Amino acid sequence: MKILVAVKRVVDFNVKVRVKADQSGVDLANVKMSMNPFDEIAIEEAVRLKEAGIATEVVVISAGPTQCQETLRTALAIGADRAILAETDAELQPLAVAKILKAVCEKEQPQLLIMGKQAIDDDSNQTGQMAAALLGWPQATFASKVVIANGEASVTREVDGGLETIALTLPAVVTTDLRLNEPRYATLPNIMKAKKKPLDVQPVAGMGIDVAPRLKTLKVAEPPKRSGGIKVADVAALVAKLKNEAKVI
Amino acid sequence: MATYTPPLREMQFVIHEVLNAGDAFKKMPSYAEVDVDTINQIMEEAGKFAAGVVLPLNRIGDTEGCTRNEDSSVTTPKGFKEAYQLYCESGWAALACDPEYDGQGLPQLLNTVLYEMLNSTNQAWAMYPGLSHGAYECLHEHGTPEQKKTYLKKLVSGEWTGTMCLTEPHCGTDLGMLKSKAEPKGDGTYSITGTKIFISSGDHDMAENIVHLVLARLPDAPQGTKGISLFAVPKFKPNADGSVGEGNAVSCGALEHKMGIHGNSTCVMNFDGSIGTLVGEPNRGLNAMFVMMNAARLGVGMQSLGLTEVAYQNSAAYAKERLQMRSLKGPKEPTKAADPIIVHPDVRRMLLTQRAYAEGARAFTYWVAFMIDTELNHPDAKEREAAGELVTLLTPIIKAFITDNAFTATNEGMQVFGGHGYIAEWGMEQFVRDARINMLYEGTNTIQSLDLLGRKVLGDKGAKLRKFGKIVEDFIAKEKRTKGMSEFLEPLADIAEKVSKLTKEVGMKALLNKEVVGAAAVPYLRVVGHLVYSYMFARMAKVALEKQNSGDPFYSAKLSTARFYFAKLFHETAYQIRAARSGVDSLMEMDASLF
Amino acid sequence: MSTYIPPIRDMRFVLNELAGFQSIAQLPGYEESTPDLVEAIMDEAGKFAAEVLAPLNMQGDLQGCQCKDGVVTTADGFRDAYQLFVETGWNALPCDVAYGGQGQPTVLTAAVHEMWKSANLAFMLCPMLTLGAIEALRHHASEEIKNIYLPNMVEGKWTGTMNLTEPQAGSDLSQIRSKAVPQADGTYLITGTKIFITWGEHDMAENIVHLVLARLPDAPAGVKGISLFVVPKFLVNSDGSLGARNDLICASIEHKMGIHGSATAVMAYGEKVGATGYLVGEANKGLGYMFTMMNHARLNVGLEGVALAERAYQHALAYARERVQSVPAGDKSGVAKTIIHHADVRRMLMDMKSRTEAMRALLYWTAAQMDHANNNPDAAIRQSAQATVDFMIPVVKGWCTESSIEIASIGIQIHGGVGFIEETGASQYLRDARITTIYEGTTGIQGNDLIGRKLAKEKIGAGATAKALQQQIRVCVEELSKDKNLSIIAQQLGVALSDMETATEWMLENYDSNPQAAHAGAVSYLLLTGIVTGGWQMARAAQIAQRQIDAGSQDTFLQAKLATARYFAAHQLPKTMGYCSAITEGSDAVLSLDESLF
Repeated sequence: MKILVAVKRVVDFNVKVRVKADQSGVDLANVKMSMNPFDEIAIEEAVRLKEAGIATEVVVISAGPTQCQETLRTALAIGADRAILAETDAELQPLAVAKILKAVCEKEQPQLLIMGKQAIDDDSNQTGQMAAALLGWPQATFASKVVIANGEASVTREVDGGLETIALTLPAVVTTDLRLNEPRYATLPNIMKAKKKPLDVQPVAGMGIDVAPRLKTLKVAEPPKRSGGIKVADVAALVAKLKNEAKVI
Repeated sequence: MATYTPPLREMQFVIHEVLNAGDAFKKMPSYAEVDVDTINQIMEEAGKFAAGVVLPLNRIGDTEGCTRNEDSSVTTPKGFKEAYQLYCESGWAALACDPEYDGQGLPQLLNTVLYEMLNSTNQAWAMYPGLSHGAYECLHEHGTPEQKKTYLKKLVSGEWTGTMCLTEPHCGTDLGMLKSKAEPKGDGTYSITGTKIFISSGDHDMAENIVHLVLARLPDAPQGTKGISLFAVPKFKPNADGSVGEGNAVSCGALEHKMGIHGNSTCVMNFDGSIGTLVGEPNRGLNAMFVMMNAARLGVGMQSLGLTEVAYQNSAAYAKERLQMRSLKGPKEPTKAADPIIVHPDVRRMLLTQRAYAEGARAFTYWVAFMIDTELNHPDAKEREAAGELVTLLTPIIKAFITDNAFTATNEGMQVFGGHGYIAEWGMEQFVRDARINMLYEGTNTIQSLDLLGRKVLGDKGAKLRKFGKIVEDFIAKEKRTKGMSEFLEPLADIAEKVSKLTKEVGMKALLNKEVVGAAAVPYLRVVGHLVYSYMFARMAKVALEKQNSGDPFYSAKLSTARFYFAKLFHETAYQIRAARSGVDSLMEMDASLF
Repeated sequence: MSTYIPPIRDMRFVLNELAGFQSIAQLPGYEESTPDLVEAIMDEAGKFAAEVLAPLNMQGDLQGCQCKDGVVTTADGFRDAYQLFVETGWNALPCDVAYGGQGQPTVLTAAVHEMWKSANLAFMLCPMLTLGAIEALRHHASEEIKNIYLPNMVEGKWTGTMNLTEPQAGSDLSQIRSKAVPQADGTYLITGTKIFITWGEHDMAENIVHLVLARLPDAPAGVKGISLFVVPKFLVNSDGSLGARNDLICASIEHKMGIHGSATAVMAYGEKVGATGYLVGEANKGLGYMFTMMNHARLNVGLEGVALAERAYQHALAYARERVQSVPAGDKSGVAKTIIHHADVRRMLMDMKSRTEAMRALLYWTAAQMDHANNNPDAAIRQSAQATVDFMIPVVKGWCTESSIEIASIGIQIHGGVGFIEETGASQYLRDARITTIYEGTTGIQGNDLIGRKLAKEKIGAGATAKALQQQIRVCVEELSKDKNLSIIAQQLGVALSDMETATEWMLENYDSNPQAAHAGAVSYLLLTGIVTGGWQMARAAQIAQRQIDAGSQDTFLQAKLATARYFAAHQLPKTMGYCSAITEGSDAVLSLDESLF
């Protein structure tokens, strides 16, 4: 069974992002970039499935500029077998990425498309769902456990109020949640091997896909600063404040 | 608790933009494949490991320390063993080792980067693999084919660790007084007897076997340092199939209770007729050991760089958060109770002192590590020789200059925290305590200074130093007309000339009175250290000037730090030169009884 | 284990020859400080230091204090030692005779306290805090409060503490939040949390008198709304006996780098109903009251630097005389010698010795100026002595403590690897010394105080005191240069003095126009001033020693003093060059980097 893992290159989670002066977006110049942490979980899951003898090949894909090759090399160092970069300098929104993934899935014919439930930069939480719709595949989002057996995926999902387990026929789309696994640290021999693994660069321009943005960003602003807390005299005062000022109860 | 972000951008700047290491490696056959991307990816992953696995154990190691059990075995702090196993499984132990013994064959430069990170995050822990690597290098260079076969793969994988056993209760600096004995057994092995102290990582529970490299005397050995031989003494005797066999009468007699690096087991090791094999030639043990010591001295420099960097990171973060009093220029954050303390000039001075020492040390150590790679792998014999000479000259400076500076820097880091710096929970005072050992072990800084002035400089009548001087001169000549460089080149040229004069003066005086070397050595090393840093900061400034309009503020910050260095730290040379020139009388005139 | 030998010979030399003790003994109030009494005090205090306090020093470090349910237990032996300290009446040495004190001069107290601090700093912090609290009450409290508390505190039966710092208010006390609410009976209910309270709770005395800074309900914001309160651990009944336990508790004690023998407490006031407190002096003037004691407090911390430097030196010296290692360079015997014969070990020992002696001289001299400022019958002398004291205090505090860290570190270095082992004891001095540059105002704060209030903003004229000092030193240089035995010292001191003059001028010119640039050099200026004034004291010492030798004295101490002064001149005075350039050329470099790039 072949698994396709989609990964996104995002601003590193340790970086405190700064909004550009013109509020058109976040300043990306000279900012450290890394793999989206949820996607790292997806890679880890795919590699574990391969190590368990369930998957035969793990292919990793990213869409974006040349620098995404670094992200793909990281995925190869964790244990993916080969990589595909759908290269473009254009801004890619979830729908565009979903279309690219559809095209690649049609060519690669994986049994499982797996990726993070969302990216930590735009928090859209859409790509997996859109790709499933475009492919006409079943989907399981927010996965905290994935079991593959008998041509079927049994996925436990984290939903409000508890855990839900659903069965999907393959091929299917799975998006990963935080508790699915703890990604490993890449080993040095694997980092060295990753260099030699195939990385296929395919220009998006040649794919015949319309990746033009459908959404327009009006402005990007810093979240309001948290104001200081106050001490309340007793429970009654607390309840009154929660009710009248915070309006949460 | 202290945090750590691997300073990848800073590291990449030195490796790619100052040293252009990737290009240079292309010319060295064994490193031809080590390109920029590979270097970056290894650094990135090493950083994740250091920050994610090693850092969380730093304070645990400090508070828990090591325990010696009733059966004389040693237990390391919670989590140390697991982290070490992951380290080995991840292949980091093998990074700079020979591929013939399953190593990755990567450059020393990358190993140096790895160790900077490990030392920033946990010096005490990093000493376990650090000493093993030293033992590997020693056996790789001087071991018999049999010893190599028995030990190298195990050391490369990290399954076994290594130690160096030099010091005895009555002899630390003066190894000529060494007493441990080695009796030939007649079967090619030796029975080793004696007590060694201050053995870092001497015993522990992190690996299945430990190979001790032990200095001892053969029965007919001449007195003094010319009668010392080196032996490999395993904790458990290895079986022919590579598995671990029976015990070898080596045990930890006690653990030391130390000021810092509590997580490392500093052992008294008792050898009671333990079986060992000779490494290298009889009576030439010190020469074999020196291979390890040079690497170890670079290693100690890296420990201090690591601590400087982590102290800087944490105090800078604190200075941006801690609100205390107003800026002299009026409130900067009027809505808050006070301004963050980074607005105060003296707080900035403390931060920049740490930062400049970190950046100077990084450029310096990476350059020397790169030179070691050149020495080992450059196809041109002349390049190899030239690099080797520089490494020899600069090693004592790495050890002493960086460790002295790191003590200052970690103290400044702690000072930024005010009273909180003194409280253990914040982690800052641990950096000071850990940094304090670096000025002592692997040859105290006095010994380094004597080595530099006595052996490395006066020993060849200044030849090696002049070669370094020529590099500096060429750089000045080349950049003289580069716009903006004069502010960096002027002090560099000035100190280069002063070092040359000072060397001649001390050299002449030393011909008449050998005590002059001892009296001048420590201030002399400080002065030459600043010559090296001036050169490094000038080289960094040159790159930064070229790119200062690139829109990346990194380069203007680089220039600011270089300017701070020349304005605030470099001036130390003025009085150190006077101290170095002041001669013997002010030290020796007073009768010893009057102290 | 290390022994401590009180350096009484040097102390006597400094007291008599440099600090002018004879003139102090003639001041009103100090008439009883006759030479034989002083001699007796020094000898006995030295014995107490060496025999009672010093042996407990490492014990305190190893064992530390324990805190359980608000009860703090001190290390073994501390309780008994404190008992003995009180019984032998030592606590009362500097205190007002009206409350049972001995009324001895500040400079003599400094010498005595140096010994005790050398012997056991952690222990001595307790009486030091008590004395600080006594001074605060004596100056500012009502007669009623004084009569209730002072006699017991002077005796040492009750100890005292200072409660300033809160989690958000360290260097910046304007942010204090603790509250004091007036009650109908004239007392106040205190609530709030105080941190870093030295000896805030312990088992050595029957009562602890806390002096607490807090705000009244209607107090203005900032430093002008802080009042001072007495808050005893046990309330005191009208007959002087101990009453109910007050509503205050030690919430925890800190785990510190050093001074383990002293409990550094987090104090919680008023967790139940509010702790009963009594206002000291007037409302909203608390911080001002604290400032009146500041000179004494800072002198005391500077003294800790001297004391630890001396102890570290003695420790390292003993080792250097004992440890045999290597044949010294140029030694033809081929036999390994004790390391004191190696030139670089000599350098380290001379460094420790000369700096410690310079620090001691400068500190005692300053303490003597304090006695003049307080007790001299001549108002003009009082005034000028006070100005000198105000200028010198941040220098003494900052320079002596910063130097003590370096000296303690050199002490470790002389031991080699053995120095890093705790059983050796050398590292404790460094760990203990490390707090001294932080508390009672960090070195940065001292530097800012020096170049601001004490120099550029000096009330009697900008730079007046600094210039007067420079003039005095210039005179000394000129005198010394006439003696060929001393002319080398004169020359080096002259160069260093010029650096100080340059730096002083630069500070005065730039302070108003570019305060940030001036403050960027504040610590450098402080250290520079310390070295020059310390070097001046060493030069004076050399001059006096030479004079006595010329008069026929065979005392080897004087030979040693000359050699030590020459070393200081050759190896310490040149440091001024670097500081001077750092001050005059370095400010942009400190200020230019954008905050976000740190």
